[in-house]
Amino acid sequence: MLKELLYPFDAGYILAGKRRIRKRLLEDAAGYTEKRIAILGGSTTHDIKLIMELFLLNQGIRPSFYESEYNQYYQDAVFPCQELEAFRPDIIYICTSNRNITRYPAMCDDADSIARMIEQEKQRFYTVWDSLRATYGCPVIQNNFEMPFYRLLGNKDASDIHGKINFLTRLNMEFYDYAERHDDFYICDINYISADYGLREWSDPFYYHMYKYALNVNAIPYLAFNVANIIKSVFGKNKKGFVLDLDNTLWGGVVGDDGVDNIVLGPEEPEGQVYSEFQRYVKEHKQIGVILNINSKNDYENAISGIKHPDSEFSPDDFVEIKANWNTKDRNFSDIADELNLLPESLVFVDDNPAERHIVSEQLPGVCAPEIGAVQNYIHVIDRSGFFEVTALSKDDMNRNEMYRENARRAQLQASFSDYNEYLLSLEMKGIIKNFEPVYMARIAQLTNKSNQFNLTTRRYTQPEIERLAADDAYITLYGKLIDKFGDNGVVSVVIGHETDGECRIDLWIMSCRVLKRDMESAMLDILVKRCKERGIRRIRGYYYPTAKNNMVRDFYAVQGFNKISETEGNTEWILDITGEYENKNHVIEVED
Amino acid sequence: MTREEVFEGLHEVFWDVFDDEDIQIRDETTANDIEDWDSLEHINLVVAVEKKFNIKFNMGEVNNMKNVGEMADIILKRV
Repeated sequence: MLKELLYPFDAGYILAGKRRIRKRLLEDAAGYTEKRIAILGGSTTHDIKLIMELFLLNQGIRPSFYESEYNQYYQDAVFPCQELEAFRPDIIYICTSNRNITRYPAMCDDADSIARMIEQEKQRFYTVWDSLRATYGCPVIQNNFEMPFYRLLGNKDASDIHGKINFLTRLNMEFYDYAERHDDFYICDINYISADYGLREWSDPFYYHMYKYALNVNAIPYLAFNVANIIKSVFGKNKKGFVLDLDNTLWGGVVGDDGVDNIVLGPEEPEGQVYSEFQRYVKEHKQIGVILNINSKNDYENAISGIKHPDSEFSPDDFVEIKANWNTKDRNFSDIADELNLLPESLVFVDDNPAERHIVSEQLPGVCAPEIGAVQNYIHVIDRSGFFEVTALSKDDMNRNEMYRENARRAQLQASFSDYNEYLLSLEMKGIIKNFEPVYMARIAQLTNKSNQFNLTTRRYTQPEIERLAADDAYITLYGKLIDKFGDNGVVSVVIGHETDGECRIDLWIMSCRVLKRDMESAMLDILVKRCKERGIRRIRGYYYPTAKNNMVRDFYAVQGFNKISETEGNTEWILDITGEYENKNHVIEVED
Repeated sequence: MTREEVFEGLHEVFWDVFDDEDIQIRDETTANDIEDWDSLEHINLVVAVEKKFNIKFNMGEVNNMKNVGEMADIILKRV
């Protein structure tokens, strides 16, 4: 991971040095996920593609590209396109702008004819999206419209139906309506990005008339960064949580030195207000499934007293792990990741102290520790970084913090049992293991993209693919939900197999690490065997493909009683014969299937 | 700023943009002399030169520059 490509980046440096940066990224060729990305442009997209490649590589995605000819987005999408079909895109990005509007209202147009014009523009795009979805069944990212660079009616351009601003705003609403009704369709909000960059600079006409770029070339890194963020989110590479410092990060001052009554927080003074606003911003993340943790050099009691400050937005319950001690921060950080069963790089470190950021990001490669600047900049830097770019929100996301806290309580309970089996029984676990069902398709797709550690083959699926497999009789699909006395863990495991030559070949077997060591994997196998027997299948064939992250399941099939039949370069293949009597392996989860 | 200094700055930009420190530019150097210098890379070169010298070229200048020497002349007039 290159720090130069993290927000806030130097756009000029990236533009001028893109060849060198690319070379450096590719020096470390291992561990990239390969993705085929089609860019269908309404203007020049050459550099958007090249810069996007850098940001994607930095996120661990190695893209190959299809790029439409100049302004051929409509033709490529709506008419048969052999080259694009042969390319088989994993994701399609439609890079259009207000330069692609065919006709704006004239002052003499009445409301009805303007409504028809909106309908026509809308239909043109709906045709593009419907056609792409039908032909390729892959996620589509679509730019909305940035605002025009001049206003014929001045301020009235926004409110009058003849105004271009009014027209584009209404059209954008039509785009959002489509986005709301279609999963796997995402808006790239260039209306916001251009405003954030500065609309006047963004839409400098020089670049359109000279090179047919619909935006200032200097702004390309900001656009490419945003698109790359959507793509990495779709492919499950979002961060999962914060690890936060306390003193001078969540409040001003040092609680251990100044005393809880003297820390700077709350409405009494401007600086306290800024910290309060930042606390609210951090806390809002719980609603999108981001888990919160504390990593502070403090006596534990002092840390807790600060969190309980009368003007604090937080209570200690808002955090899953609170490490307040005198260990080094990198050690606390990796302890937190271990206890959450997460990889360190899936957590973002927020600390005002550059030295602490340095030690954490140096000791734990891949961990982002954004340079958050002064307190009034914290929100801006973290927000623009796109760590948690939301592409799908499941109900599980909203409860994630609670789930991890339940896990912490389970760990406490476990400590009180000397016999692990008794502990498992005391959890009163119920499993629901069934064929894929419509309500869970989004979560299943999300899980196939997010699971890295307990993942035997590391195959990724989009939601349309998941839906296709569920409808295909040749496939056996299982999802597993796990509920216990502390709460509902939601969908935590997915198995996909297909029947061929009288055997079941397991394409995918994944499980969320938050239910490790609960015998859920055995419960899944029991049901898989049951389904196979119902179909008269005689044996089950499993595969393990090693990656940098899935070493924990190297011997999974051996543990489950499979026999290894081959091994090449670490890839192993396993067989379980189920012709005889099969005895269920799980005895601690009550399963409904 | 002297012409030599302008060329020094231009060298740095060319090396950066084309990631090749063997590139030697002269007054007569044109896009034909540098393999990766096509019309799409031209815009990157222009943007990088503008940033390096903190100037803006106008459309006519970008269109009519015949070689690196003419680019250097425009820069000299501006800085």
